[in-house]
Amino acid sequence: METLLADKEEITWYLACRAEDVPADGGACVLINGHQIAIYNFARRGEWYATDNECPHRQQMALSRGMIGSQGDEPKVACPFHKKTFSLQTGQCLNDDGYQIMTFPVKVTNGMVYIGVE
Amino acid sequence: MNTSKMRHVVVVGNGMVGYKFCEKLVAKQKNGVQFTLTVFGEEPRAAYDRVHLSAYFDGKTAEDLTMAPESWYAENGIQLYLTDPVVDIDRERKEVRSHHGMVVPYDYLILATGSGAFVPPVAGVEKDGVFVYRTIEDLDLIQSYARRARKGAVMGGGLLGLEAAKALLDLGLETAHVIEFAPRLMPRQIDDAGSGILQRQLEALGLNIHLSKSTQEITGEDTIKGIQFADGSTLDVDMLIISAGIRPRDELAKATGLDTHPRGGIVVDNFLQTSDPAVFAIGECAVVHHMIYGLVAPGYEMAEVVAARLMGEEKEFKPFDMSTKLKLIGTDVASFGDPFIAEPSCRTISYENKAKGIYKRINISGDGRTLLGGILVGDADQYNMLLQTCKNKTILPPDPEDLILGSRGGEEAGAGVMGLPDEALICSCEAITKAMLCHEIGENGHTTIDSLKKATKACTGCGGCTPLVKDLIQGVQKQQGHYVRNVLCEHIDYTRQELLDLVKMNSLKTFDDVLDTFGKGDGCEVCKPAVASILASLWNENILEKGRATIQDSNDRFLANIQKGGTYSVVPRIPGGEITPDKLIVIGQVAKKYGLYTKITGGQRIDLFGAHVGDLPLIWEELINAGFESGHAYGKSLRTVKSCVGSTWCRFGVQDSVSFAIEVEDRYKGVRSPHKIKSGVSGCIRECAEAQSKDFGIIATEKGWNLYVGGNGGSKPQHAQLLASDVDKETCIRYIDRFLMFYIKTADPLTRTATWMNKMEGGMTYLKAVVVDDVLGIADELEREMQLLVDTFKCEWKEVVDNPELRKRFAHFVNVPEQKDPTVEFESLREMKRAKEWK
Repeated sequence: METLLADKEEITWYLACRAEDVPADGGACVLINGHQIAIYNFARRGEWYATDNECPHRQQMALSRGMIGSQGDEPKVACPFHKKTFSLQTGQCLNDDGYQIMTFPVKVTNGMVYIGVE
Repeated sequence: MNTSKMRHVVVVGNGMVGYKFCEKLVAKQKNGVQFTLTVFGEEPRAAYDRVHLSAYFDGKTAEDLTMAPESWYAENGIQLYLTDPVVDIDRERKEVRSHHGMVVPYDYLILATGSGAFVPPVAGVEKDGVFVYRTIEDLDLIQSYARRARKGAVMGGGLLGLEAAKALLDLGLETAHVIEFAPRLMPRQIDDAGSGILQRQLEALGLNIHLSKSTQEITGEDTIKGIQFADGSTLDVDMLIISAGIRPRDELAKATGLDTHPRGGIVVDNFLQTSDPAVFAIGECAVVHHMIYGLVAPGYEMAEVVAARLMGEEKEFKPFDMSTKLKLIGTDVASFGDPFIAEPSCRTISYENKAKGIYKRINISGDGRTLLGGILVGDADQYNMLLQTCKNKTILPPDPEDLILGSRGGEEAGAGVMGLPDEALICSCEAITKAMLCHEIGENGHTTIDSLKKATKACTGCGGCTPLVKDLIQGVQKQQGHYVRNVLCEHIDYTRQELLDLVKMNSLKTFDDVLDTFGKGDGCEVCKPAVASILASLWNENILEKGRATIQDSNDRFLANIQKGGTYSVVPRIPGGEITPDKLIVIGQVAKKYGLYTKITGGQRIDLFGAHVGDLPLIWEELINAGFESGHAYGKSLRTVKSCVGSTWCRFGVQDSVSFAIEVEDRYKGVRSPHKIKSGVSGCIRECAEAQSKDFGIIATEKGWNLYVGGNGGSKPQHAQLLASDVDKETCIRYIDRFLMFYIKTADPLTRTATWMNKMEGGMTYLKAVVVDDVLGIADELEREMQLLVDTFKCEWKEVVDNPELRKRFAHFVNVPEQKDPTVEFESLREMKRAKEWK
């Protein structure tokens, strides 16, 4: 995994995958520095998101296989195991206050997807 | 431990209630012992379960019936003296003296002397061959005497007497008679009509019942030869068991000058205290609220009250509900509330079905608003609901007869979740009752599954209760007068049925088209799979193409079932459960090669567990090359058509059930529906394929096939109902086509056929009218639509295996597709492996 550039906020951008690797309105998982990150191509909104791939409820590496959608205006992903849903913007669990996942900034340039890690 | 401060409790009597008192006091003293305990018992055994005494004749040993072994008493510091009744109480000195001469002082004395069998003052009761039915010793005596007896009788037609009579038959006696003084059986529990039904059931078992019989004398020299009745008639018998009621054991209390009741029993107050404040009486020896409570449950409550008060807790023995439900030699008998209150104090509704041996009676208040009590014989399924309705003084529906008869609109009253009692456990993982959920829905406005999950944690464990909770939300809202349309979600304001019609009329084929035309927002995990199912049911195009992969639930998206740990299971189709040796070998070879755990499923096929997502296309390539197809175990679609071996091998079979099962499975395989569909075909009436528990089931008859629909296993098992009988194969298939298509077009998402039919107005009668009589004139259309799905079937897995673009999606990491998920862990299990337990 090559390190591209470190900008002022000390975010390191990692090349994750090609944009076409992530299905429209769905997710895919990438391995970055041993960390599993789920990337979502929210084509319907023209937005990209990235979160932990692990659902904290039962510690399952599954969020990239979940369905994405919205609750009100909040973009979300639903874990395929027990349908815990998480905000793609904040990582907050929307149907069980006890859980929280990490979210990461995403950049798509020239058909390549980059994940920002602080 | 400071023994000088330790107070001493003596318990007289080691029956069920005496034992329960010890158990409760021991439990309450876990955080510091304040009392030492001494127990005296008359019998040679420690307390045993007298309620199930008759089980002793069915092979239960004395040990099986024991409440707690003698070692339990020792471990808990209880001094237990058996075969040693207390013979004297000195209340001045506060000590008791036993038969063997033990003198033990007490601070508190608990009389749990129970009761003895009441033996009426009839001449000849002392003769050989006359027994009572009270202790294990009594049963031993009866058992050995019965070996040389041919004719037996029981005096007393109560619960115990009837059990004793059945025991006589089981012990090999040729005839067994029941003699009851009252004009009916079980006079304390049921009325004349109920007794009549019960009597027929018992007579069918071989018992002879004699009612309104007053015994005058027991005849014979030293040994019983017969019974002489007051009406002049006689009965020849070799043995007699007397079970004519109980007599409280109050002789000790009487001798020591405690207040006793003229008709027997030690008089106590609401705290079970006798006229001496240091002495308590509990169980069947006590007269409280002017009565003797002859059941074990109130006895236990008395034990609790006294144990609690000794520990300084405030507690009182309140009038105890005497409602009972029991299974009497295979027949349900229940009574609740006030079973005998009669007109004009109430309104009585009764139902009697002599053919089926069922009697039901409910007593309703004069204003028709509340349930006062009732009796159920032969079918007590509604007991809990009725008891709750009675206890909680629930306002009755306008047609209260529906409570025992079911609504005659076709739908069973109370079949739905709204008919359950308030304390019915809906979510057993989190112990959440119906009342708690109704409160959150009705009072706090939690009318979606998500907000209810947050408020109560219901549905957050196994999720099995979700459909029930959904029904509750609707039911409560309906009760509150809201008109409820079961729309899909916040994005699509249509019911599934409405949306299916709209999608069809507009020929929409992608989720985005549907959402743009009939919805708003971006969709969610509720509407996406619902639309996916509709699109598949209408057009039957590959579910992973045209952007449809990401609207599928995870199982459909990867055409496999996600399991604990994130691996998948693979189920090839084995139609009708028939498989060649060669195919079996291939499954074994594939499982070995990819390290899979193998298990035979309930649907007669083989499940291969523990496949990494990246291995799925490789596994399926090998299976398909060997001639297998997808089993759709991951889809809301036809699962299996289970079959018995049928007339090709079975000596009972009347038709070839396997061939028909294969034909049916091949016809409907891959058809997407609102929920999964299971089927079965049995080759004869013995029903070895369990077809009546399936969404549609077929049973061979001499003349053709019987078709049943709407059966279900799962959490609320339900038998399928007969839709057509003695039809030929072609007609059977046509009816199934219509039935399934009608279900596919009108059911709510994730609703099984059984639930769909339960909710259908008009129920089975209506369904039959649509499917068989075609009253809506849609039968041809339904058949055409089904034929389209049958004709367009393609194996999804073959399409994936042959399509490099689709295959690429089966990787855990898109940036390192060859690497498997390193967090997946297995544990070994019986020469195979299992998923690692959740953390």
